[in-house]
Amino acid sequence: MRKHLLQGLIRKPLTEAAPTADDAALTELAASLERAARRRLGRSLSIRAVDAGSCNGCELEIHALNNAFYDLERFGLRFVASPRHADVLLVTGPVTHNMREALERTWRATPDPKWVVAVGDCARDGGLFAGSYAVAGGVSAVVPVDLHIAGCPPSPLQLLKGLLALVEPPGKARPTEAKAG
Amino acid sequence: MPALADILQQGRAVRGHRPWPRAIVAPDVWTSVGERLAAGQLTLLGLWGEADCVHLALLDETRAKIGVVSLPCPDGRFPSVGRHHPPAIRPERTIRDLFGLEPVGAPDARPWLDHGRWPLRQPLGPRLPALGPLPYRFLPAEGESLHQIPVGPVHAGIIEPGHFRFTAGGETVVRLEERLGYVHKGIEGLMAGADLGRAAQLAGRTSGDSTVAYALAFARAAEAALGIEPPSRAVWLRALMAELERLANHFGDIGAICNDASFALMHAHCGVLRERVLRAADACFGHRLMRDRVVPGGVTADLDAAGGAALRPLVAELRRLFAALVELYDNTASLQDRTVASGILKPELARRFGAGGFVGRASGRDFDARRAPGYAPYDALHFHVPVREDGDVNARVWIRIGEVGQSLSLVEQIVDGLPDGPLSVRPAGAGEPREGLALVEGFRGDILAWLRLGADGTVARCHLRDPSWFQWPLLEAAIEGNIVADFPLCNKSFNCSYSGHDL
Repeated sequence: MRKHLLQGLIRKPLTEAAPTADDAALTELAASLERAARRRLGRSLSIRAVDAGSCNGCELEIHALNNAFYDLERFGLRFVASPRHADVLLVTGPVTHNMREALERTWRATPDPKWVVAVGDCARDGGLFAGSYAVAGGVSAVVPVDLHIAGCPPSPLQLLKGLLALVEPPGKARPTEAKAG
Repeated sequence: MPALADILQQGRAVRGHRPWPRAIVAPDVWTSVGERLAAGQLTLLGLWGEADCVHLALLDETRAKIGVVSLPCPDGRFPSVGRHHPPAIRPERTIRDLFGLEPVGAPDARPWLDHGRWPLRQPLGPRLPALGPLPYRFLPAEGESLHQIPVGPVHAGIIEPGHFRFTAGGETVVRLEERLGYVHKGIEGLMAGADLGRAAQLAGRTSGDSTVAYALAFARAAEAALGIEPPSRAVWLRALMAELERLANHFGDIGAICNDASFALMHAHCGVLRERVLRAADACFGHRLMRDRVVPGGVTADLDAAGGAALRPLVAELRRLFAALVELYDNTASLQDRTVASGILKPELARRFGAGGFVGRASGRDFDARRAPGYAPYDALHFHVPVREDGDVNARVWIRIGEVGQSLSLVEQIVDGLPDGPLSVRPAGAGEPREGLALVEGFRGDILAWLRLGADGTVARCHLRDPSWFQWPLLEAAIEGNIVADFPLCNKSFNCSYSGHDL
């Protein structure tokens, strides 16, 4: 084990340069993310992932955010085990009727201010599963959504770009954002 | 002991069911099949319903034969197989929930996938008005000082939802009962009437970690039904994608199991290997998970010369890095202290449930669908199937380690032997109803796909059976007598699919 730890110290890290925040995500967020709230949270957000009916593809790529290449925590973003510790709910899947109440209760358990990020094409409108007797629809059919990250599943890089929009200092990247405050 | 062929002969053979036979049988034959399953003479591959009949897919392991028996249910009832053979209990509860067919004599009358939340009941059968949520009675556990721990459906990690009800005496689990169905999306309902393209997409979204294996199982069933052969280059590329998928999942699992024993170093290193495989998949086929790359008739993405040239050094690099990690796993006593002798699954149970994948193979069940019944191109490739008898978390780790080595070798063999030629043939409707069955080895175990195509080539009915159906119940048995704190470890070593099971 010492060999592995030593190599970890002397080798160059695998972690890659940060991407810039996704423009579309910044625009979508401008309306919902207030300047004051951003100031209060600083560059630190706790994220709680909720699978509300996904095929598990999105979860795999969300997991990858924690690997050495993407290293999500360097941006102050981290996954937490309880909605009570979370600022952000990262919700995947078409919301199934069987998960609807669990999602609502998780959302209610998350303290304000909070944001909901819907991840994946199914989370927008149910995707391929829209119209099924077992599916309530996209995430916004059940809880209010602030940001949507598209993809089937979105790659870790797409996820990272979307999430960075949450901690991007307002005004710096988009001067037109002042109207949101 | 009569062979499967004798059972099928007692019924009326169905024309246009390929590649294995299907026969419509009388209730007494159906019941005798249940008894044979219970006696261990046959293995249950699947049990599913339609609006007016039920089907059993059977495997005769000693003769490597597969067949389907079907029982018409004109009065909405069928003799319970679960009464004789416990692996059939959850499939029968599902048939009752979805189709309203009653398994007579079934030992468990509770619903399974239907939580009373859908806008209707029996959605693929009589479509009755909903009754609303009803209380769900968990099985009792009696004894002094027992307490219950309810967990889920929303779990603490980034994982799929499901409910676990533990009954513990102090730290020791005396009973675990699973309640699943939370991610039921109604895939089989959406399949009905879908054209082949849409149905293949749905199949590929049944369980995200097995998108290649599911798309392959669906495509093979459709091709069997239509009597078409995909070009050989497509067949080899499918196997390449399937082995890359197996590698990515096994790397992820080995790291995650160690992480659940608080050994984060292994998790970090395995995460890097997994990411390398996914990036290679993206570079070769244009999608990290290779979703929608396998379709009926062939594949939609080719491997160019650069992709093939990049895979060889990748395999060498993965082999070198992984060998050091295996040594680390093998030489870390504190880690082995957690994995050895935890969550033991007895070989007899694995055999009875026909458990596939690393769950079965770590408990002595020597079965791999790539070898038997077998499918191309694996008949032209060299690989062996690791099997152990010890059945604990450690054994399930070692089976994965062995399979990583085999898959790395298979990737090399495929890249070296990849034939030239077209990528697909156009699947044309047969002009008459056709049925097809396929059994494909995903990373988790054998996936069964059965479908009936209408004369116009659209899907009339499709059933996809995840390996987890016959692994989830075994987790309940394996955890008994372990401490509550070892549940995540045991659970991860099984790594059953929620979405693939809930469908």
